[in-house]
Amino acid sequence: MNPTDLVDHAYLRDDVPAFRPGDTLKVHVRVVEGTRERIQVFQGAVIRRQGSGARETFSVRKVSFGVGVERTFPVHSPIISKIEMVTEGDVRRAKLYYLRDRVGKAAKIKERRTAR
Amino acid sequence: MATRAIVGEKIGMTQVFDAEHRVVPVTVVKVRPLRVVQVKTPAREGYSALQVTYGVRRAGALTKGEAGHFARAGVEPGRRLVELRVDDTTGYTVGQEIDAAVLTAGQKVDVTAVSKGKGFAGGMKRHNFKGQGASHGNHKKHRAPGSIGACATPARVFKGTRMAGHMGAERVTTLNLEVVEADAEREIVLVRGAVPGPRGSLVVLRDAVKGGAK
Repeated sequence: MNPTDLVDHAYLRDDVPAFRPGDTLKVHVRVVEGTRERIQVFQGAVIRRQGSGARETFSVRKVSFGVGVERTFPVHSPIISKIEMVTEGDVRRAKLYYLRDRVGKAAKIKERRTAR
Repeated sequence: MATRAIVGEKIGMTQVFDAEHRVVPVTVVKVRPLRVVQVKTPAREGYSALQVTYGVRRAGALTKGEAGHFARAGVEPGRRLVELRVDDTTGYTVGQEIDAAVLTAGQKVDVTAVSKGKGFAGGMKRHNFKGQGASHGNHKKHRAPGSIGACATPARVFKGTRMAGHMGAERVTTLNLEVVEADAEREIVLVRGAVPGPRGSLVVLRDAVKGGAK
């Protein structure tokens, strides 16, 4: 146990689904415009998950109008209202930076088939 | 000088989220309840300060001098004695308990501690010298300080010239750090940003002496 765990505990979320690099997520982000708050969905593939405890972050990549967009979120950030799992990916590495150099079909992630 | 002061132990750094969902880097300081052992006044000692202790120490570990000092104050012996300089000691009595509640979230504090020792450090680390080129024929002088003075006049190196030497392990005060949270119940104070010293070291938190009209 880390000495700062007791402080972190209050800030950890318990509603984070188990996801890993390669999975496609819908991240529901709270956006504050003036006084109004609305939800924006950022959908894409998880290309990185790093850190631990309160400091853990993950990055989601999507291609928007032909332009690659990556967003990094703290896993326990209150800015996220919900994380929705879309598909599970079948990948062989933890950091999917190679996707940045690929377009179209080459950038596709194989779907994980689980016998359930 | 400070009107409120408190002493604690640095636990480490982490991050929390503020009301606007932003990440705030914080240092966690464990502030155990302090017991006032002696109140120093200008009339008696020539300056005003509080001598406090915290935690517990078994009687066998005390010198007779310390034991007598604690016994005279009627205070249970603590880990160590720390003096906190404050402007005004009225309102403080021997035996009184002080806890993290003297600090409020949002206020600015100055944090004093002994910094991490760096040993014998060169000019680049110690005084932010630039060092020298990596190439262009440089040979074994990449982190050297360069010139330290002129030639036959003055024929010596001026005193105070910045050179390599011992760095760190000195008393450092970081000014105007914001208190993010002060929880007397959990005996914890969260201070925004970094605090001098290694984990487990003693840190003194006082009201900010600078920082404008507040």
